[in-house]
Amino acid sequence: MNQITLDATSENLDRLTSFINEKLMSVGCPRKAMMEIDVVIDELFSNIANYAYHPDVGPATVIVEFEEDPICVMITFLDNGVPFDPLAKEDPDTSLSAHERSIGGLGVYIVKQMMDDVTYEYKNGQNILRIKKNVS
Amino acid sequence: MTINKQREGSKLYAEILGRIDTVTVTDAEKALLPDVEGITELTLDFKGLDYISSAGLRLLLSLQKIMNKQGSMKILNVNETVREIFEVTGFSDFLTIE
Repeated sequence: MNQITLDATSENLDRLTSFINEKLMSVGCPRKAMMEIDVVIDELFSNIANYAYHPDVGPATVIVEFEEDPICVMITFLDNGVPFDPLAKEDPDTSLSAHERSIGGLGVYIVKQMMDDVTYEYKNGQNILRIKKNVS
Repeated sequence: MTINKQREGSKLYAEILGRIDTVTVTDAEKALLPDVEGITELTLDFKGLDYISSAGLRLLLSLQKIMNKQGSMKILNVNETVREIFEVTGFSDFLTIE
């Protein structure tokens, strides 16, 4: 099975991360790339858990696929919650000092920086967020 | 995630093991924020830290702001993934990483 459907709650983050790591290990994904992907899973899944169905709980489906030559992983996050394009937000100013910093938008910014490609679309009542990363 | 703390006078050393993510950050906050009161030297040891997500960065920012007022804070033994996160987010510009 290359996909998993679970309630979008923070309690399920570990389960989702283990599921994806298992797939990554099966293609010999380097540890560093796996850690980067794990951070991104945290950011994207917690977004769904916190916002998509708020204040209710709803499902998220995550699909893991691979491309060969070079080996790339594509992970798709699907939810039926309120339409929300996380990529629409402006990038935070990363040049500010601690004193001037307000914290917002950093999670999505990390996702953009850590992955090779990130796309969003809303189709058939679903938020569809796709990430792609070379893991060879 | 586990946090081992040692306090010596106004110095606090905290070793963080595992990961600071959306789920574990609440425990990390509870373990660290009350304890930095009156501390002038805070050392965070990341030797056993696998990664940190934006939820963890929020906590580090809070700690840095507190410590800017009352002393200093440094972070030791940052791994490659954590270093990359600090760099892309600009956190490496204001954190003291040794």
